[in-house]
Amino acid sequence: MERRRCQMRALRKRVELTSVVDRTDRISTHDVLAFVTVRNEIRRLPYFLEYYRKLGVSHFFFVDNGSNDGGRELLAGEEDVSVWATEASYKRSRFGTDWLNWLKFRYAVGHWTLTLDPDEFLVYPFCDTRPLQAMCDWLDQSGMRSLGSMLIDMYPRGPLTYVDYRPGQDPFELAQWFDAGNYMISKNPRYGNLWIQGGPRARVYFPDEPEKAPSLNKIPLVKWERRYAFVSSTHMLLPRGLNQVYEEAGGEKISSCLLHAKFLDTLIEKAAEEVQRREHFARGREYDAYHQKGQGPNGLWCEWSERYIDWRQLELLGLMSKGNWA
Amino acid sequence: MSLGFVMLAHTALGRAAQVAKAISAAGCPLIIHVDARVGPAFESFEKKIEQLPNVTLAPRLTCEWGTWALVRASREAAETLLQDHPDLSHVYLISGACAPIKPLAELKEFLGAHSDTDFIESVTISEVPWTKGGLSDERFTLTFPFPWKRQRKLFDLWVELQRLVKRKRKLPSDLAPHMGSQWWCLTRSTLEKILSDSRRDELERYFKTVWIPDESYFQSLVRLYGTKVESRSLTLSKFDFQGKPHVFYDDHLALLRQSPLFFARKIWPGANRLYRCFLEEQPSVAQISKVSAAHIDRTFAQASTRRTRGRAGMVMASRFPSKNTNNALTAAPYAVFHGFSDVFHDFARWARTNTGSRTHGHLFAPDRVHFFGGQVGYAGAVSDSADLRDYNPEHFLRNLIWNTRGEHQSFLFSARDKQQITAMLAGDRNANISVLTGAWALPLLRSGRAVEDLRQEAAVLQQREADFIEILNERQTRARARIWTLAEFLEQPLEPLQEIVDSLSGAGSHLLGELPEFKSMKGLPLFLQSLRNAGMNPHLAGEITESLTNSVLCQELARFG
Repeated sequence: MERRRCQMRALRKRVELTSVVDRTDRISTHDVLAFVTVRNEIRRLPYFLEYYRKLGVSHFFFVDNGSNDGGRELLAGEEDVSVWATEASYKRSRFGTDWLNWLKFRYAVGHWTLTLDPDEFLVYPFCDTRPLQAMCDWLDQSGMRSLGSMLIDMYPRGPLTYVDYRPGQDPFELAQWFDAGNYMISKNPRYGNLWIQGGPRARVYFPDEPEKAPSLNKIPLVKWERRYAFVSSTHMLLPRGLNQVYEEAGGEKISSCLLHAKFLDTLIEKAAEEVQRREHFARGREYDAYHQKGQGPNGLWCEWSERYIDWRQLELLGLMSKGNWA
Repeated sequence: MSLGFVMLAHTALGRAAQVAKAISAAGCPLIIHVDARVGPAFESFEKKIEQLPNVTLAPRLTCEWGTWALVRASREAAETLLQDHPDLSHVYLISGACAPIKPLAELKEFLGAHSDTDFIESVTISEVPWTKGGLSDERFTLTFPFPWKRQRKLFDLWVELQRLVKRKRKLPSDLAPHMGSQWWCLTRSTLEKILSDSRRDELERYFKTVWIPDESYFQSLVRLYGTKVESRSLTLSKFDFQGKPHVFYDDHLALLRQSPLFFARKIWPGANRLYRCFLEEQPSVAQISKVSAAHIDRTFAQASTRRTRGRAGMVMASRFPSKNTNNALTAAPYAVFHGFSDVFHDFARWARTNTGSRTHGHLFAPDRVHFFGGQVGYAGAVSDSADLRDYNPEHFLRNLIWNTRGEHQSFLFSARDKQQITAMLAGDRNANISVLTGAWALPLLRSGRAVEDLRQEAAVLQQREADFIEILNERQTRARARIWTLAEFLEQPLEPLQEIVDSLSGAGSHLLGELPEFKSMKGLPLFLQSLRNAGMNPHLAGEITESLTNSVLCQELARFG
């Protein structure tokens, strides 16, 4: 029932979208697609596109939520991108979920589909040698319809004000560090998904109110069907079976990580803007936290921070698993 | 000698054509069967194949997975091949997703040296470790008219029904059912005998309803006609825990080069580098040994273990063991010292020195996490915030043990600490717990506060300790627990401590010469009595007498003697 409601919302919200460039006729049957909502992210876009093209994404769907930094024009000029624009409320479309649900309903059926934020970078087992299509084929062969993931907040050593992110640059040259082993997991009985919290945001911003720490569980890759819908952001979706990306009998299923390039100098402007706009999750309390809690000399970095190397490191640390993909 | 190939193809025809070209170029005749379900892709495939010398196409059948049609297709194709090429001495069955991983000349040379050997994996049911889903000898004694892939429910229902009536089909006479990999290489004489078996129709009727006949038809018949059967496939293929074939990718190049076999299956169609290396370039000759074959086995066996058992004590986005699974809750053994810090000065340091274990302070203290050395965080960036810890104490401990795997961890515990963790400690077979009961009285004694003010607090501490001991004594407790009353301990402190040290450092550990330094116990018997007088019975401390505390005093005096 709730699934229907999500779909109806998506259907209703479609009127808020205006097509800017539609190149969807270039999509072929086996293409992996990516769906993204953006607002004033022009600095991030070049590397984002480059990264996912290299992994094997064939077509990008962007919903531009009122950018005025030229990002929309940049996207419209890319040959493998289709763009829709909207000025409507991000919050009331449940943080873009409704818009993207609609576009997927319309264009993604039968495709392996990534749903991403422009600061999220997917790392999966063997991603340095095997393209996304290889993993999607294998997931198909294994009868899996979705891939579990954990968001890993990456941060620089030192305050964000010292960072200068240039367009096209790999953000993890600057934000190289992450928390390797302070995550807490519980199960959400309603949707059957895991609820993961922890990382530097829990450690630094919410040590006294851990329940407010942001969710890090994500299901970014789904073989889309018409009856599917994300509930809120990409933390969980319906039908519930799609959230069963984990094994409960003791074994490990395959999983991935989303490296989160949020903690760059771009965040400083963003936080100031979002505190004003109140368009983010739970009244943007996260942005409040960044805004208010001053940055010490080390920023989010601490003595036990881990420097990022590659996917094998994440798999050894137990943040993701190859499952039985060998 | 001369070698011919039968290829069964149904997807990625572009790759199949490439392999066909390589086989043809090596001067080997090839007949290809393409599944009749393949649509328009077939035409372009046909075009690519036409030009190739010695390559023909077999009449197309619809070959659903695990059905008789696969056997029929390979049988008919092999028949044609043998007829068209009377000089062939060996026929090798491959699939469209196979690729040669050695120069074909090497394969020819190898077969030349084994001119009368049939290479086909052929083992009896009882010796097969890889039958999945509970169907082993039933493959041959039941019938399977419903396709497993499309009509799973009917398939299962039919199996159940036959089990109910205890069905046992009669096997064709003198046929001993054998199974093995579909991909074989047989000599002309064996293959001809199999193809011209006088009971062909009877066998066909029988194998048509056997489950997955393509893994048993040739494998069984070769036992009747083969003169020299070597039960192994020359094609490298690995299966996962569900019986699905593993796929090879570009990063398997080194591994494939180490294999002593000649073909590999399945290759991912997008594995450009593999196809380029094995079909176009002259494959470099790698050192092949028994060791490298074992390495290949291990790689794929590890994948199955990971998928079925996983890494103990690790919880993540794709592994969340439910409470009732039989797994260890943590990654490695660790020790808990309950009450000892109330009796001794700096017990943590003593424990570290004598057991080698990294001994933390009170990890579950109410104010904050007391990590080793008073640090504000620990391995894996675990925070010392009490709120974060108490938000999910089990995960806190699991994280700490996981992050420090490779180094034994211990921590101090007491009734004054947060107690939510006790159930997990008791349920974890990695926990080695030593408990001194009643030791909580000592800090109260030393506080110098009036007994009336302490009474309530003492009662609470004692109740907590009693609860802890109760769960440690429960039947389902998996932890290794030792419990002493304070009185028992004080009477002969060296023995329990030696026992703890032995249990942590293994037998043959050093004999303890020195005790940790006792804290003051002056006036303890009197203090306990006044608690009793105030209506609170500190029974967990045991019978503590003046002479006991005096003996402790004497030991301390002797130490500084």
